[in-house]
Amino acid sequence: MSGHEFKSFFPDSGEVDMADTSTNIDETTIAELRELAARYPQPRSALLPMLHLVQSVDGRVSPAGIEACADVLGITTAQVSGVATFYTMYRRRPAGKHHVGVCTTALCAVMGGDALLERVEHKLGIGPDETTADGTFSLERIECNAACDFAPVMMVNWEFMDNMTPEKAEKLIDDLADGKDVASTRGATITSWREAERVLAGFPDGRADEGPSAGEASLLGKSIADAKGWAAPKPEETAL
Amino acid sequence: MTDLLTPVLSANWGTAKSWDIGAYAAGGGYAALDKAFAMTPDQVTELVKDAGLRGRGGAGFPTGMKWSFVPKDNPNPKYLVVNADESEPGTCKDIPLLLASPHTLVEGMIIASYAIGCHTAFVYIRGEVLHVVRRLRNAVEQAYAAGHLGKDIHGSGYDLDIIVHAGAGAYICGEETALLDSLEGRRGQPRLRPPFPAVAGLYASPTVINNVESIATVPSIVVNGSSWFSAMGTEKSKGMTIYSLSGHVTRPGQFEAPLGVTLRELLELSGGIRDGHQLKFWTPGGSSTPILTGEHLDVPLDYEGMAGVGSMLGTKALQVFDETVSVVRTTLRWVEFYKHESCGKCTPCREGSWWLVQLLKQFEDGVAAPGDVDKLLDICDNIGGKSFCALADGAVACVTSAVRHFRPEFEAGYHTPARELFPYGRSALFEVPEGSHA
Amino acid sequence: MSVVTKPGEALAQVDTIAVTIDGIEVQVPKGTLAIRAAEMVGIAIPRFCDHPLLDPVGACRQCLVEVPDMGNGRGMPKPQASCTLECAPGMKINTQVTSPVAEKAQAGMLEFLLVNHPLDCPICDKGGECPLQNQALSNGNGESRYEGVKRTFPKPVPVSAQVLLDRERCVLCARCTRFSEQISGDPFIALVERGALQQVGKYAEHPYNSYFSGNVIQICPVGALTSVSYRFQSRPFDLVSTDSTCEHCAGGCALRVDHRHFQVKRRLAGANPAVNEEWNCDKGRFAFVSGRGEDRVTRPLVRRDGVLKVASWPEAIDAAVAGLRAAGSSAGVLTGGRLTVENAYGYSKFARAVLGTNNIDFRSRPASAEETIFLTTQVAGRGLGDGVTYADLEAAKRVVLVCLEPEEEAAAIFLRLRKAVRKHKVQVVTLAPYASNGSVKLNATVVPTGPGDEAAALAGVELDADTLVLVGERAATSPGTLAAVVAKAESAGARFAWVPRRAGDRGAVEVGCLPTLLPGGRAVHDAAARVDVAAAWGVETLPSEPGLDATGILSAAESGELQALVVGGLEPRDFASAQQVRDALESAGFVVSLESRLSEVTERADVVFPVALIEEHAGTFWNWEHRPGVVNTVIRQANTPMTDLRVLAALADAMGTSLGVRTVDQAATEFAELGSWEGPRPVPAGKPNGAKPRANGRSAGFRVATWRQLLDGGRGMDGEAALAETAKPAVARVSPATAAKAGLAHGGEVTVVTDAGGFFTLPLEVAEDMVDGAVWVPTNAPGVSLGEFGVLAGDTVQLNLGGVA
Ligand SMILES: Cc1cc2nc3c(=O)[nH]c(=O)nc-3n(C[C@H](O)[C@H](O)[C@H](O)COP(=O)(O)O)c2cc1C
Ligand code: SF4
Ligand code: FES
Repeated sequence: MSGHEFKSFFPDSGEVDMADTSTNIDETTIAELRELAARYPQPRSALLPMLHLVQSVDGRVSPAGIEACADVLGITTAQVSGVATFYTMYRRRPAGKHHVGVCTTALCAVMGGDALLERVEHKLGIGPDETTADGTFSLERIECNAACDFAPVMMVNWEFMDNMTPEKAEKLIDDLADGKDVASTRGATITSWREAERVLAGFPDGRADEGPSAGEASLLGKSIADAKGWAAPKPEETAL
Repeated sequence: MTDLLTPVLSANWGTAKSWDIGAYAAGGGYAALDKAFAMTPDQVTELVKDAGLRGRGGAGFPTGMKWSFVPKDNPNPKYLVVNADESEPGTCKDIPLLLASPHTLVEGMIIASYAIGCHTAFVYIRGEVLHVVRRLRNAVEQAYAAGHLGKDIHGSGYDLDIIVHAGAGAYICGEETALLDSLEGRRGQPRLRPPFPAVAGLYASPTVINNVESIATVPSIVVNGSSWFSAMGTEKSKGMTIYSLSGHVTRPGQFEAPLGVTLRELLELSGGIRDGHQLKFWTPGGSSTPILTGEHLDVPLDYEGMAGVGSMLGTKALQVFDETVSVVRTTLRWVEFYKHESCGKCTPCREGSWWLVQLLKQFEDGVAAPGDVDKLLDICDNIGGKSFCALADGAVACVTSAVRHFRPEFEAGYHTPARELFPYGRSALFEVPEGSHA
Repeated sequence: MSVVTKPGEALAQVDTIAVTIDGIEVQVPKGTLAIRAAEMVGIAIPRFCDHPLLDPVGACRQCLVEVPDMGNGRGMPKPQASCTLECAPGMKINTQVTSPVAEKAQAGMLEFLLVNHPLDCPICDKGGECPLQNQALSNGNGESRYEGVKRTFPKPVPVSAQVLLDRERCVLCARCTRFSEQISGDPFIALVERGALQQVGKYAEHPYNSYFSGNVIQICPVGALTSVSYRFQSRPFDLVSTDSTCEHCAGGCALRVDHRHFQVKRRLAGANPAVNEEWNCDKGRFAFVSGRGEDRVTRPLVRRDGVLKVASWPEAIDAAVAGLRAAGSSAGVLTGGRLTVENAYGYSKFARAVLGTNNIDFRSRPASAEETIFLTTQVAGRGLGDGVTYADLEAAKRVVLVCLEPEEEAAAIFLRLRKAVRKHKVQVVTLAPYASNGSVKLNATVVPTGPGDEAAALAGVELDADTLVLVGERAATSPGTLAAVVAKAESAGARFAWVPRRAGDRGAVEVGCLPTLLPGGRAVHDAAARVDVAAAWGVETLPSEPGLDATGILSAAESGELQALVVGGLEPRDFASAQQVRDALESAGFVVSLESRLSEVTERADVVFPVALIEEHAGTFWNWEHRPGVVNTVIRQANTPMTDLRVLAALADAMGTSLGVRTVDQAATEFAELGSWEGPRPVPAGKPNGAKPRANGRSAGFRVATWRQLLDGGRGMDGEAALAETAKPAVARVSPATAAKAGLAHGGEVTVVTDAGGFFTLPLEVAEDMVDGAVWVPTNAPGVSLGEFGVLAGDTVQLNLGGVA
């Protein structure tokens, strides 16, 4: 033994997981992929939604999913793979039933995001980009999710969980694990990551009417204005 | 003088079922359409030009002028693409707008599309906001059902389809040409300009790309007139806009005010810096805009005001940090963001952000070598202005501005870990247990 | 770093503008990029992603310059990438030569590129010819400021059986991925991942099996892409380079052949803007080791007591002369299509002046009397200016392909057509049984055409003066097609070109390796032309009757009408019927074979003369454009210093009639002095002897459509396993209706049964767009060669479920 074994920092990068070739993609999925492609002036535009759909079916971007997309769009599998590995929402390993994100971009991080992540990791017993052994949870360190006025922020299946604390995070995970109904602070009742992916792909789940119009922070300016009687000028006052 | 706050876009966010077409119409929604259809497309463009609306996506380019760049003689279809990728750290205005009132955008899109002669318009929305995607799709469906979309809208003879397209996690797709590649089903990497999108954008056809807020502002201009709009704001920065206040303020939130309001004024409304703390630094418009300090509290938050103090208005994402926060830690975290989001196309951004992260980590850990601040600045100089797109400029802006204002704090990184100088737990909004690494 | 300017490319335009580069004013064509304008004044701006034949991308940022004046008095606030910056009138550009800003920007970029670059130059194939290494040496810092962790990947990973990728060396210039997408249209490699992890990747199951994959190795500006066959074979500075012309097809691609220790180590595409630009195909690049095997003939062989035995040159010459003398003019000469013009000229003259016969044919493939007429009247005697050129393909409005699949049969034409389609919106129309991979990539309009129906299909295609017709050699066996091309083109004012497959074919026509032709397009039946040649050759008369063509020669040899055969390099299975060739060789009274490798011909020969490999001699190939391409001697200490020409000259001497030429230079000079026939163009005279096209549909069944694939069972590819692995798998292709009729199913196998009762089995592919009633099979798949079955395009066969004959 030389003792100088070559170590690579990115041994698994570059491809989707070819070790697992299982798939649930069937004729229905293929038909839906075609339907997505038909929604655009040029079919290839549908590739991102199509990969979302693949995830909703296979729980990840599966080799079969890549091949199906390439087939439907008439492009090469390398091209599809190039796209699938570019975007962070596409997962190479199966996500959990619930995909938990903790924002650790600067603002959330300093306001408690780092501590939240630490707590969630501990609670789930997994690190970022891992899935619990029972397949219930996967975890991700997410970048700024456009909810900074609700920092620190977590996401479950891409639904907002605003103004989090370690206690709220623990309860959230317990409730999800117990299969209780959990409502997003500004969204619908949590379903599953796969169902979320299906909606993102472009197949609505009829839940648009759930949840509030806006969070408290979003309404702050408007409520202060109302209280003070402030408003935009009336058009007639500004006419030249 | 206009009032300090002027809710227009956010005026209906609190009403019951504000996202629903019924509530929207009850509040006067879609009234702008017939008014717009009564004008010629060019007249609509002129109106928006006259109003002085500037793009709310960060660069502040005059919206009406952008529309007028669309060549009339180009035989290809014209496209409108709304940029709803909102991913710039600190930025959180488009997403609440779409959650609460997606119809405002839809109405704006119809008018903008009409103005530029577009019959298929797209909203490219980041994928990580499931419920917003639901609301937006729902709004588009409702608009079709109500006859605001589809064929012969309101009997005007004008046809329009809107496609809501969810992204898949890539900040760079907010950059307009990367967005187009992404919308064409490719890797979201910026395109060479020229040709500019107005000439050859989506599918190599003339394309207008506008921010959500820019387009959502259009119906109010059509209804109330250009002089109504330009009566708000400052000389070159017209109208009202949404400011997002986040971070160590007592009450973070959205404030719709005329351009030119100051941070001091907004801080007052939000109850000031959180109890017992003082302002240390802030960003005027997301992490890509150079940071400012307490010195700049009274500078008007408009394009000229921010440029005047070496920063940019950007997305008006006011991220406020108090004295507990380590600038080094924050800067590192921002640069980590850019490294994570660099598309990889060009050398300085891809390799430079990789290097910067490693170097800044040494500062954070207190193991940087004396003189490394200059090295840091030199690397930033080799990145800034040399990259393919503006992402890398954003990545170095936070570093150079942080060093400009807080050089000693970086120099402390030659010997003392940032965590020792600024125990991280103190910045959190909740008690962080002893022994936490966070 | 090499600076590549394309002469002609930019200069062809007329509109010029003035720009100032580092204070030097220069006129450049409108649209010129700053980086090329700088080249024009001798300033080399460093670059990695820039490649003049790829669309600009501006990714590496190495070429930054300062623009103090855009031409409107205003400067650009940031340094600009000169490889994407179009010159504007009055623009001022300051490069690293005069601008500290540009200099620092470039130094900074180089430093960034080296941050993650491994320090493995000593073991890297590119070391010594690496733009990054050169840059680092000339402009880099002596010491690195980077103390961090370098990015590392498992190395190397194969992107195909032939191409390896060391990802940590990659500078992500995207030249390879852009080549694969833009130039060859095979995006089986793509950029994957993003940011600092971005890398070139392929999809696991689908290797980068492109016919043009070797080009990406050549244009990689670092050692990230290397070839399996060349990896660790040599250091660039130990190699000696020789310019040459590729011997594999009639494309005429320029080659750079690198050798060391008297062995060719690698071949690169040479730069010839008029022909192959800077590209070549993988066959031309990698298939050069076939002569290295055990089967190399190094010494003469003479058959004694039925057994071939090594003999001395005098012994072999004596033996050959004895046999040939006995035969007299009752001899036939089969040259094969792989000879240089000079060697072929030697055969042509040998047949006429020494043997006294017009029985000579270069066509070791299915041919026809129709084709003989066509070649005699329409091809021979034309020079470069008279025909169609590569450049013409780009300038045409429409290009019609008849019996030609460029990607398979003329790879350089394919690349140029693809460029024509991409850049100049040229429309390609092809008469073909289905849309081949190549047709799809050319966005070609396919006129569905069954085998043998080309003439009829052509009638429906609109031609005009802006249309070019390329007709492939396969037209020989499609009745009426060549005549239809000529007639139709003439009436429409369109131009056409004949595209043979082999490098020696066009030259062979020109030197008269045909029963009807003397050198320079002189018809055998034209007395004046004969006198012309006889005078030049200093012989009294030349045989006046047109000779037998290849098929005629073979049957005459078999029947004993001909007593001797002189055979150059050819393979029986390339003919319409391999068996006929074998039978003829066996029955022939006497066979002289000139070969570099043992073959089915040498096996049956009475005397075998070893001849040089392509790298061991000089000469000329005429490509399909009629353009001469120079072949230079690469290996000077050859195993076999004798060329075909030298052997023929020695035989002639021994027979008492000097050939008059024995060296390449002499042959070239004599052929040039002879020149092309200036008298009236030959008109068809009588009916040449020989093969007639076969009638289609001899029996009820399915008609065979076929062409050769670029990488197939040809012997020229022998010894290069990595290349062979990238070949397309052999399949039989039928339409759904045909499959249904024959009871076949996609994914299964089909057994093709010939009228003669031969059969072979191939995997079946059911293709929607395949014409009905036909089956497409490759002509020469490894192990399945149609020549073995005596099957031609248009013949009928039966199709059975796989495995059941
Ligand atoms: C790295 C990068 C990210 C960007 N992200 C966004 C974004 O998320 N949303 C947005 O509207 N504009 C974004 N922009 C700006 C857009 O490129 C573009 O200027 C804008 O969408 C134009 O719309 P406007 O004129 O209405 O502002 C980004 C720019 C860069 C360079
Ligand atoms: S600066 Fe370069 S690498 Fe970074 S995001 Fe833009 S194009 Fe991509
Ligand atoms: S050579 Fe100009 S950017 Fe690469």
